[in-house]
Amino acid sequence: MNDFARLYDKIDSTTGTNAKIEAMADYFRTAPPDDAAWALYYLTGRRLKRFIPSKSMRDWTLDLTGMSLWLYEESYSSVGDSAECCALLIDSMSHVPQVNEEPDLTLDTWMRDRIIPLAKMDEPDQKERVVGWWKRLDRHSIFILNKLLSGAFRVGVSQSLVARALAEVSKLELAEISHRLMGDWQPTGEWYQQLVSSEASDRHLSTPYPFFLASPLEKEVTELGEPNEWQAEWKWDGIRAQLIRRNGETFIWSRGEELVTDKYPELVQASLTLPEGTVLDGELLAMKGDEVLPFAVLQKRIGRKALGKAILAEAPAALMVYDILELDGRDLRAEPMAERRSVLEKLLEGRSTTFHVSQSIPFESWDELTELRKDSRAKSVEGIMLKRKSSAYQAGRRRGDWWKWKIDPLTIDAVLIYAQAGSGRRANLFTDYTFAVWDGDKLTPFAKAYSGLSDEEINKLDNWIRRNTKDRFGPVRSVTPHHVFELAFEGINASPRHKSGIAVRFPRIMRWRHDKTIKDADKIETLRAMIDEPTTAEA
Amino acid sequence: MALDLATPFEALLRPDDFGLACARGGFHIDPWRPVKHAVITHAHGDHARSGSKIYYVATEALPVMKQRLGHDSTFVHYPYGQKFRLGECTVSFHPAGHILGSAQVRVECDGRVWVASGDYKRAHDPTCAPFEVVECDAFITEATFALPIYRWEPGANTAKEILAWWDQNARENRPSLLFCYALGKAQRLLGELYQLDPSRQAYLHGAMLPLTKIYREQGIEMLPTTAVSETAKTQKFGGELILAPPSAHRSLWMKRFKGADTGFASGWMRVRGARRRNGYDRGFVLSDHADWPDLLRTCADTKARFILPTHGGTQVLSRRLNELGFEAQPLEITAYDNEEDDSGGGGEAVTDPEVAAGNAPSEEQASEANA
Ligand SMILES: [Zn+2]
Ligand SMILES: [Zn+2]
Repeated sequence: MNDFARLYDKIDSTTGTNAKIEAMADYFRTAPPDDAAWALYYLTGRRLKRFIPSKSMRDWTLDLTGMSLWLYEESYSSVGDSAECCALLIDSMSHVPQVNEEPDLTLDTWMRDRIIPLAKMDEPDQKERVVGWWKRLDRHSIFILNKLLSGAFRVGVSQSLVARALAEVSKLELAEISHRLMGDWQPTGEWYQQLVSSEASDRHLSTPYPFFLASPLEKEVTELGEPNEWQAEWKWDGIRAQLIRRNGETFIWSRGEELVTDKYPELVQASLTLPEGTVLDGELLAMKGDEVLPFAVLQKRIGRKALGKAILAEAPAALMVYDILELDGRDLRAEPMAERRSVLEKLLEGRSTTFHVSQSIPFESWDELTELRKDSRAKSVEGIMLKRKSSAYQAGRRRGDWWKWKIDPLTIDAVLIYAQAGSGRRANLFTDYTFAVWDGDKLTPFAKAYSGLSDEEINKLDNWIRRNTKDRFGPVRSVTPHHVFELAFEGINASPRHKSGIAVRFPRIMRWRHDKTIKDADKIETLRAMIDEPTTAEA
Repeated sequence: MALDLATPFEALLRPDDFGLACARGGFHIDPWRPVKHAVITHAHGDHARSGSKIYYVATEALPVMKQRLGHDSTFVHYPYGQKFRLGECTVSFHPAGHILGSAQVRVECDGRVWVASGDYKRAHDPTCAPFEVVECDAFITEATFALPIYRWEPGANTAKEILAWWDQNARENRPSLLFCYALGKAQRLLGELYQLDPSRQAYLHGAMLPLTKIYREQGIEMLPTTAVSETAKTQKFGGELILAPPSAHRSLWMKRFKGADTGFASGWMRVRGARRRNGYDRGFVLSDHADWPDLLRTCADTKARFILPTHGGTQVLSRRLNELGFEAQPLEITAYDNEEDDSGGGGEAVTDPEVAAGNAPSEEQASEANA
């Protein structure tokens, strides 16, 4: 495990992408395949079920250090990560050895022989083992162990950096490695050897292609050049997904690389008539006929474990298809988009009401498209997608050929009422804020937001929060209502689940309104009025 | 349980609008607004502010104080341990182990003894006199790192880590750009590194020159240094160590150090989130403040009946001390005035190093947020 700990350290202690790639490549060159597979599992953000609840980890730490719970909680709010917090406290309070006293077992041995078996043990046995390891490991190894025990191990690298490191080690094409890394796989040495093998991959049928992601358009649309080189589509507000039909089976992947096939039986049903070897890229939406329903309707069924008749009728799912990546088993991604589009239109023509081709918006000039874009909110879309007609279907977020041209968000002035420490980079700062608007003479919380302030503002606010805490509920602090912020969000829906009766999408902080007092903050009526807005087209 | 600062135990020191005031002695300790008689614990900007009429400082601190507060200011200085009269009180300075010349202030009046610690540490530091335990009735302690997650390794261990980092970068012909506070931390680093390998030398950012020179003039052994500004335009820095204040991070000044690996030395670097947030490649845990065990140990050592934590995690430290059977109460100092910050010398020089670098609460920053 020491090698893996060192790899983590190297990645963690540099901000340079090349240094990160080098560190990973070094590791993969020498790691046993079993270990490499586990390392990849975590590097690519995959997670296992938690082996030890964070509460147990906390309680054992308190036992070992003799510390009181409130001190743990204070520490936690500064660290923001229970694995790290426990490691620091154990190191601070119980004088762990300077040098690791555990034999250096492989990562695979740790996982298979030590950590995974914990899941089947009762608490006293788990405790005996884990505390025993804690006593013999140095601080850094305790941290790594605690992360492994949590089942998830966020490492500061993107999937594409991992793929670049593997491409370097295996001498395979980057696209090939990226593809092999996708989908569902188990971390075994056998799998890893296949991954980096030079032989043509006998890849699993379910493996999706890496998604091509559009970049936000930050320049003037006119700078894109000739309008007729571009295809415009509405930017639908759903879940980006890939539908795969191969060898008599259907797989649906969300962009988060989650296999969600079971959640969309109507799509599986409709896919039966697709030819073998078809891969579609589109947006999962709730639709009735041709009418796209609000995202909140789709969201309702996402949370359900079982999909009953009622919910299927209330929120029928459909795929708004953007692109076709494979037909008759042939990879079409290198074809120009205009070409792929005509293939797609022909394929889906009259086929089903469950697959819709995302229609291109006819326009002659950028001015005309700018006018059309104003309908976005009325259409419940987030704006317009612009794709170069000659573009190939690339992997990841590549600037240049695909742009998202979003509409301006809705905004409201709200009061900060609760704060909580962030995680990761912002672990010891209060950066997760809850905002409220006036409901009569009471402030009703309606949105949480994490982003939008500068580091300097975050520091200022953090200090203010610490000095103006009224009450504490676990990690959450309620603060004196004083500061007003302008919040932006993408959409708004009625929601009986929320205290305010309202749910907003993608709320974020636009600016700190130092010029406003809490009396100037908006009322809940203003928010309610916005719910109706999409039905009335903007002038 | 709450300690009544008025009765039955009269407070010798209590905060007013100007600073920590001693009514019987007619002076303030580390005032944030100009006063007549200012007793200063140490030269960091959040403690030593300009504009007061007469400054009382430890003799060991005088050269640094003059540099920070201006040579025209009026100073009265006394060596550590020497008693002097202010109003009805007997006052003396005692080493705090924080930076060169840093002092605790002992105030005695009618048989009662109060000690204001200023910033302090108990760990070994080759650049300043070690902390001295001063027994007292009431102890005003700093609380910058008042959480059990903060425990320091000896400075020499951190220096070894820095040396290894420097060597690694040298193998790749990269400059090692180490950021740290210009007063105290920079010199301590140079001192610690000198103890490990006196044959090396380092480069300094301009903001560190005058202070480092003063340290040298006091006979403190440190690595020899060259000012970056005095090198030829063609000078290459691959394999070299350069010290710079945090304000230089991501500034144009950094352009000279192509391919540099950046590090930051501070107590806050013990927590990964703080390390990542600041955007340095490496974080080295080195603090000039007491860690959690030393805060608790020191409070016990002073045998004080009352402990008044201030400057940072006052609530946490007070609560813990009360659990341990001490009588403790936070001493909240709130009335810092933002405008005065800029008169102290500009830039990063005016804030407490670790308070400015870290993210944890501090009275100083809090006041800025309110201003
Ligand atoms: Zn200081
Ligand atoms: Zn200070």
